Amino acid sequence: MWIYDKKLQYPVRVSKCDPMMAKFLLEQYGGADGELAAALRYLNQRYSIPDKVIGLLTDIGTEEFAHLEMIATMVYKLTKDASVDQMKAAGLGSNYAQHDNGMMYTNSSGVPWTAAYIQAKGDPLADLYEDIAAEEKARATYQWLIDMTDDVDLQDSLKFLREREIVHALRFKEAVEIIKEDRATKKVF
Amino acid sequence: MSEQQQEQIEERKLDEQYYQKLRQLQELDFALVELTLYLDTHPNDLHALQQFNQLAQQRQQCAYQFEMQYGPLLQFGHSYSRFPWQWSEPPWPWQV
Repeated sequence: MWIYDKKLQYPVRVSKCDPMMAKFLLEQYGGADGELAAALRYLNQRYSIPDKVIGLLTDIGTEEFAHLEMIATMVYKLTKDASVDQMKAAGLGSNYAQHDNGMMYTNSSGVPWTAAYIQAKGDPLADLYEDIAAEEKARATYQWLIDMTDDVDLQDSLKFLREREIVHALRFKEAVEIIKEDRATKKVF
Repeated sequence: MSEQQQEQIEERKLDEQYYQKLRQLQELDFALVELTLYLDTHPNDLHALQQFNQLAQQRQQCAYQFEMQYGPLLQFGHSYSRFPWQWSEPPWPWQV
């Protein structure tokens, strides 16, 4: 069961209309290392992972949905005042023709999100290493996105998200150690 | 000062307060998210656990006050509503 909280996890402000930046941000919306993939990856892994890390996967998976909403808010605010000509100039012409201003789960190149982005191996360590890699990749993408804009308000929200990737990676690394320790403990049946 | 100008100023005041209160709640909730993830991998840290319980209580009061003023934050019976049904009223998170 999930409960929706009618507020953003962290404020999202933009200081100008910038559909080009909105297009780049879609990488973190429906891209391979984006927030949708992250949320679904972690929540899906819960059913085959040892009890000791189910709580962590549940909580990080849930937080990713809050990040997904922040990205959607950025895209919404960056494009809501854009003219058709501005959308075309930003490379969002084909997007506009298909969806108007409707949000779509694609990456920044317009490729639709796919479940193939998610690798569930069922092996706890393989799955957790996958998660650590996903967080590191998302962190790198956030850094590049920060470098691509001069909008300090937008940068502020992106920096928050970049920091969250670092914390998540750290927690997943700790989860790896918890599982290793658990395996090292001798069990007598 | 015209009535319209006065209204505009009052509206802006409300806005400032809204953002300030929202920010307060977001700060508390952020600390709670951090503590939650930390405790998921450090379940025996008593100090962190005490901080968590203390902030959870503070959060409850802060959210209650915010909801009294600006409407429900949670659904399915986790928040109360005035008449008429307040949940579907804007603003939604991306509109502020």
